[in-house]
Amino acid sequence: MEILIPKTLDEALALMAERGGELTPIAGGTDVLVSWHSREHESLKLLDLSRLGAELGSIRFSDEHLHLGALSTYWQAIDNAQVREEFPLLVAAAKEVGAIQIQTRGTWAGNIGNGSPAADGVPALLACDAVVVLSSKSETVEAPLHEFWTGYKQTVRQSDQLIVEIKVPRRDRDFQHWHKVGSRAAQAITKVGVAMAHDAEGWRIAANSVAPYVVRCRAVEKALDEGRKFGRPEDLEELLAADVAPIDDIRSTGEFRRKVLARIIYFGLAEPSIKPLADVGA
Amino acid sequence: MGSNSDSKGEGGGGAPGGVSRRSFLQGMGLAVGVATVPLGLRESSAAPGAVSGIGPGPARLRLKINGAEKIVDVEPRLTLNDVLRDELDLTGTKLVCGRGACGACTVMVDGESVCSCMMLAVDARGKEITTVEGLAGSDGTLDPVQAAFIEFDGQQCGFCTPGMVVRARAFLNEHPEPTREDVQHGLSGNICRCGTYDGVIAAVLSAAGKEASKA
Repeated sequence: MEILIPKTLDEALALMAERGGELTPIAGGTDVLVSWHSREHESLKLLDLSRLGAELGSIRFSDEHLHLGALSTYWQAIDNAQVREEFPLLVAAAKEVGAIQIQTRGTWAGNIGNGSPAADGVPALLACDAVVVLSSKSETVEAPLHEFWTGYKQTVRQSDQLIVEIKVPRRDRDFQHWHKVGSRAAQAITKVGVAMAHDAEGWRIAANSVAPYVVRCRAVEKALDEGRKFGRPEDLEELLAADVAPIDDIRSTGEFRRKVLARIIYFGLAEPSIKPLADVGA
Repeated sequence: MGSNSDSKGEGGGGAPGGVSRRSFLQGMGLAVGVATVPLGLRESSAAPGAVSGIGPGPARLRLKINGAEKIVDVEPRLTLNDVLRDELDLTGTKLVCGRGACGACTVMVDGESVCSCMMLAVDARGKEITTVEGLAGSDGTLDPVQAAFIEFDGQQCGFCTPGMVVRARAFLNEHPEPTREDVQHGLSGNICRCGTYDGVIAAVLSAAGKEASKA
């Protein structure tokens, strides 16, 4: 195994331009190093991003966006008072990624780049209309998060590109809900998870562990945008058939996931897990 | 594997005078390591301007562990957990699941709780690492968390205990006056197969109370 250790983003992008196809970027390591002792002898070539904290490690706000640097962790978001106030949905999701030992190391960008359908940081980002900023040696481009994956662990990231930032629009969101179902409350990989948000641009419903990658539930969003009310969860199940394709695997079954997904959305609409700001302390 | 040296002269916890199973195995590892280490180890901190690349052979790493600088020559594939346990003999830090799911390998990195099984040793350069061996005072005075674990029987078989203790110390630094629910959530990344959670929670709450009354 080899490790390349760039000290600046420019150096990292030069390496990606030369040999990006053979490099695996590593930040917190909470995906790359899972069961490492069974894989450490593979001829992996890692691009260690750990020295780029000054350029990629911060969380900041601009007029329009929250900017999550590519090396920023869930813990940094949880620990940031302004993020807690403006993006409670992101913080609620961050608190359920693994446990604290994972939250201190796992990065928002790594969760996106790895492309796991069970990624817990991703539904909340999708529900908040996040945008992925990708840089190569020659240019920086943006991709809406909902267009980032093209299949199971397949993404639009080119071999010479690195994710450098996640941008999340600052909006008034009058509805936010996050609910994760796992085998236990902490340290469990999600069987079904849902993030929901509503703002002036409409409804956003995003679910993990129910498709080859984390998906938006477009048919449900459209129905809600049209003002449809759901009298029973079964009506949502019908609509969701077009949105998700859950499978049987070691953690759950497709049937369980379909039924639970419909019920999380149904009961979430009635009683969101995140209270609107006006209700807090009332 | 390679050799390790200690710039402050403080050794690990080997059995003085005798040959323990561990020191015997390490001696064997050292002999193999010496034979395979190439001449002129590449320092991982290369000249400014150059991108340093290391591996697959050993590289020299300087790590700051429990306040002391340690120098190890190790293959870059090794995790922080490998280096702590196998190179530095700091075997208080355990390895159980190897995938960040149990917390037995918890150490503090710049004060934050981290699974040492999921952090490459290379990444630990320049950071303050605290293991369970670094919690007690130099005169042997136990950290209040350690004393409380003894008082409240916060362990049964004891294998998860070092990770629990390190996480509990970091947790109390973050939450000086926790509720029971705070403790349950804060230590939720540490799994105990014996199920001794009640003792652990009582110990952490007691340590918090004692620290608060002193402050």
